[in-house]
Amino acid sequence: MKKKDVPQDKSNLKSSGFKELCYAVNEKGEYTTEKSTGWEPKTIALDNAMKDINERVAIAKGKVESNQASPIEYYMELAKMDLPILASYVGMWQWRVKRHFNSNRFTKLSNKILQKYADVFEITIEQLKNINYGN
Amino acid sequence: MEINFAHHQSAHCENGVVSNLMKFNGFEVSEPMVFGIGSGLLFCYLPFIKVNHAPAFTYRSMPGFIFNRFAKRVGIKIKREKFSNPKQAKARLDENLENNNPVGLQVGVYNLTYFPDEYRFHFNAHNLVVYGKENGNYLVSDPVMETVTTLTEDELEKVRFAKGALAPKGHMYYPIDFPKELQLDKAIVKGIKNTCKDMLAPVPIVGVKGIRLVAKQIRKWPKKKGVKIANHYLGQIVRMQEEIGTGGGGFRYIFAAFLQEASIVLKNEKLASMSKEMTEIGDLWRDFALDASRIYKNRSSKSDGYNNIATQLEVIADKEEVFFKLLKKAV
Repeated sequence: MKKKDVPQDKSNLKSSGFKELCYAVNEKGEYTTEKSTGWEPKTIALDNAMKDINERVAIAKGKVESNQASPIEYYMELAKMDLPILASYVGMWQWRVKRHFNSNRFTKLSNKILQKYADVFEITIEQLKNINYGN
Repeated sequence: MEINFAHHQSAHCENGVVSNLMKFNGFEVSEPMVFGIGSGLLFCYLPFIKVNHAPAFTYRSMPGFIFNRFAKRVGIKIKREKFSNPKQAKARLDENLENNNPVGLQVGVYNLTYFPDEYRFHFNAHNLVVYGKENGNYLVSDPVMETVTTLTEDELEKVRFAKGALAPKGHMYYPIDFPKELQLDKAIVKGIKNTCKDMLAPVPIVGVKGIRLVAKQIRKWPKKKGVKIANHYLGQIVRMQEEIGTGGGGFRYIFAAFLQEASIVLKNEKLASMSKEMTEIGDLWRDFALDASRIYKNRSSKSDGYNNIATQLEVIADKEEVFFKLLKKAV
């Protein structure tokens, strides 16, 4: 890549005020570095990844509202986690965490277990029990 | 207290940390040099590891490998520590800072508050340097950032004890023993040979073969997985190719910069021309990412598009195969 071709597209990097460093060749064919404000293909990929997560969050929310899932699943998606990551944060087996996605079982969970989840999501137990709490 | 530590921005975190720590200790080693000697370049397709609900692709070697190989090849020693207790981890860090010793830390990205939201995934193999503490805040030199930044004690503990795949467990590292003079020439040859071996490995998911396998999979995705997932997977390839600061070339440009530097150190003209070729291959990776992005931008399912980029990948694989065979003979 030539130095003058280092992409200077709009991106979320730019809006948060930092540029990334790229290696590129100058006119003499020597390698040098140049700062880049972003590159469109990556911005689209990142945006799509975010849209994807928002979609997952919306689906999880719908499931909680129709009692098909517990709020734990919703908060997991909101924190961009998946089952293995959440299980390792709360320090429980994956199959156990998965059982807690069941809305019936969730209502029977002890405060001790609920607190574990609340700590991981950095919310209170009340917020954990009610996904619309405070919104 | 603040250690007199010079922050240099780098394209990639691990090379940057190593290069910055070496410079602090009085050895001018560039980022591409660290990357090349540490054999950072790679391609690997990991269908059985799911990152963000898509298979993992990597364009560089495992976290920690680059520094380890670099250290071994130039003859420095690194001390690495991991902790089960966050308090102990903090105490050891503070101790090092008091002794005027900046340290490298492995951290999770998700809770790095200074990153834009789009970058904050549960990815646990980021690296940064802590070089001091002021009013209870740690002074942080994150090599991919333009300037230095700070993190509170709580924030730093959170990122040091992020959970999930490759959990850092407070991982802290710093060089402790240096040779009188760095002998780069032998280290460079070893680094290059290792990279050639990796890229030409007879393993279906690694190197050139890995690229070909991915090309084959891409052709199947639209039918097998449906439009949505196929697009999501393509996005994953591009995001991994890009990380931060590779300029779209999936580390091929950094490697080309390394070859150019190496040709001067080894007085080997051939490496300079190979550097040019690597740059061209990097451009092909960029074109691939650009075309792939057009597909997922339009959420298109036309199998022409998928076949087209798969063919591009196969061309890249062929070129890289020839390239690394030649490179092996050039040193």
